[in-house]
Amino acid sequence: MKATFRQSMAWLHVWSGLVVGWVLFAVFLTGTLSYYRTEISQWMRPELHAGHAVDVPIAAERAVDALRERAPDARAWFMTLPTPEIPATRIVWRTAPGAPFSVALLDPATGATLPARDTRGGDFLYRFHYELHLPPLWGRWIVGGCAMVMLIALLSGIVTHRRIFVDLFTFRPNKARQRAWLDAHNVTGVLALPFHLMITYTGLVTLMLLYMPWGVDTAYRGDRERYFQDRGQTIAARPPNHAPGTLAPLGPMIREAMRLTGSEATFIAIHNPRDARSTVLVTMDEPEGLAHLHPAVGFDGVTGTFLATTMPASAATTVHGTLVGLHEAHFARWPLRLLFFLSGLLGCAMVATGLVLWTVARLPKPNSAARMPLGHRLVHALNVGTLAGLPVAVACYLLANRLLPAAMPARPEAEVQAFFAGWLLTALPVVFLAPARAWTVALTTAAAGFFAIPIVGGVTTNRHLLTSLREGDKVFVAFDTTSFCVAVGFGFAAYALANRRAAPQRMGKDALQAGIGSRSSV
Amino acid sequence: MARTRLAVAARIALAVFAGYGLAGLATAALALGLPMSRADAASTATMLSFAVYAAAVLWTFGARRLATAALGLLLPALALGGLVWALHGGAG
Repeated sequence: MKATFRQSMAWLHVWSGLVVGWVLFAVFLTGTLSYYRTEISQWMRPELHAGHAVDVPIAAERAVDALRERAPDARAWFMTLPTPEIPATRIVWRTAPGAPFSVALLDPATGATLPARDTRGGDFLYRFHYELHLPPLWGRWIVGGCAMVMLIALLSGIVTHRRIFVDLFTFRPNKARQRAWLDAHNVTGVLALPFHLMITYTGLVTLMLLYMPWGVDTAYRGDRERYFQDRGQTIAARPPNHAPGTLAPLGPMIREAMRLTGSEATFIAIHNPRDARSTVLVTMDEPEGLAHLHPAVGFDGVTGTFLATTMPASAATTVHGTLVGLHEAHFARWPLRLLFFLSGLLGCAMVATGLVLWTVARLPKPNSAARMPLGHRLVHALNVGTLAGLPVAVACYLLANRLLPAAMPARPEAEVQAFFAGWLLTALPVVFLAPARAWTVALTTAAAGFFAIPIVGGVTTNRHLLTSLREGDKVFVAFDTTSFCVAVGFGFAAYALANRRAAPQRMGKDALQAGIGSRSSV
Repeated sequence: MARTRLAVAARIALAVFAGYGLAGLATAALALGLPMSRADAASTATMLSFAVYAAAVLWTFGARRLATAALGLLLPALALGGLVWALHGGAG
């Protein structure tokens, strides 16, 4: 393409990175937050207090009682069992095939509906990470395509930077602006390079049958069901026999499943619950180890007798489970999880600095009267709207959780609307502000949003930082202090930028200003 | 300028579509040909597919001439297509 291979790769790196950068930033940010999906869900349901011991068999029985009452004719009942972190049983059912699912949270001990606010919690961010809040197939294909381009950008970036080891120790914040941004991009990229490569590849592998079905479809001549059976990781539900039957108690089945697998039960699906041929599938927690493979045990629902269990995984299935496990990091205890989280943030920074670098590298010469070309203005607007807009969106999502009335109808949807409203409101001012000012305003907004979260969270509930500290509530303390730290970070960036604008001659720190030098507003 | 743009567009089309085709054929060939159980071969082939795709894309943009880029994708694709056809026909 170009004269040398490295020049071709440099060209490929710049343009592939630009095309998918904004989607990737959204994917990276929500994915990084998803490492704390449970903790975010805990914070967003302040009515629930973690740390109580839960009796899983009792909780399952109470859930069956509730489902009998609410969904007597449903073809399947689903329940997510309580844990000490989230002491609530989540029941899911639908009245007809294709109808929307209904969800309820129950008190594990009594089966009464919990007085917790209705929210999607961390699950919204997790789903957004691979579906972008679009129809599932659209979202997954877009994210997958961007992940593939990300892989290309990483590989071509490695070829572009011969001096990877030297680059790691090169950061020249006081040199020319473009040089400083390039160093920042290289440091964030190289410092967590193994993580970036791993997370991109394993992300593709997680949804690999959607993106690349040709191997399975050729070897199995289109019979995917058969492939899943051969892998031995699913248990098929039996067809109903259309005679009435009564479900046996779940407690003994749960205890038997725990005995067989050596892990805790986390999820139960009951197919044809009131039929004479009902099937109970108990899914267990991941056993110790890297692989993301949840063992499952099937029972005859009427007699409670054991039917089947997932086979010990074959080599390839274990490898696949391990790749998915590396992506999700369920195996990680808190120090390693924190490391994954920080690596994810470095990934966000790598994408962000790369996008800013693109505009900085194409700035008009100082003192030139040239206006930014339309394409550059568009990139700049997307940069501000995404790099600052998405953090603001997250802050608005969390603030809406505290500010909306607890009992309002369609509450989870309103929280999600707040997320997108925050994003849009951050992106809008970019249209009529000078570039540097647009950055200052957007970064200040983000700082204010994250600063407000612990305060609003404490004022609207009885769980403010002092209470959490007194009660030793680690999750709430960590959540609120992290929020303050993020606010300080954004505030510092905004302050540094405002200072730079006051003294444009001094090439100083933290040049967060794509577009100074072109004072023309759009 | 127009010629450059056309050349870039051709490379992108080659990388995205021919690269994907090549990766799909390689996955099918490995799924049929790897010496393991059918399920393991299919899983392993699919896990490797993204590496094949990435290599194909890098080749497409790294090649000096457009014709070289195209041939480097089409010849392996033809070979793999023949292999898939042979293995699939032989199995059926």
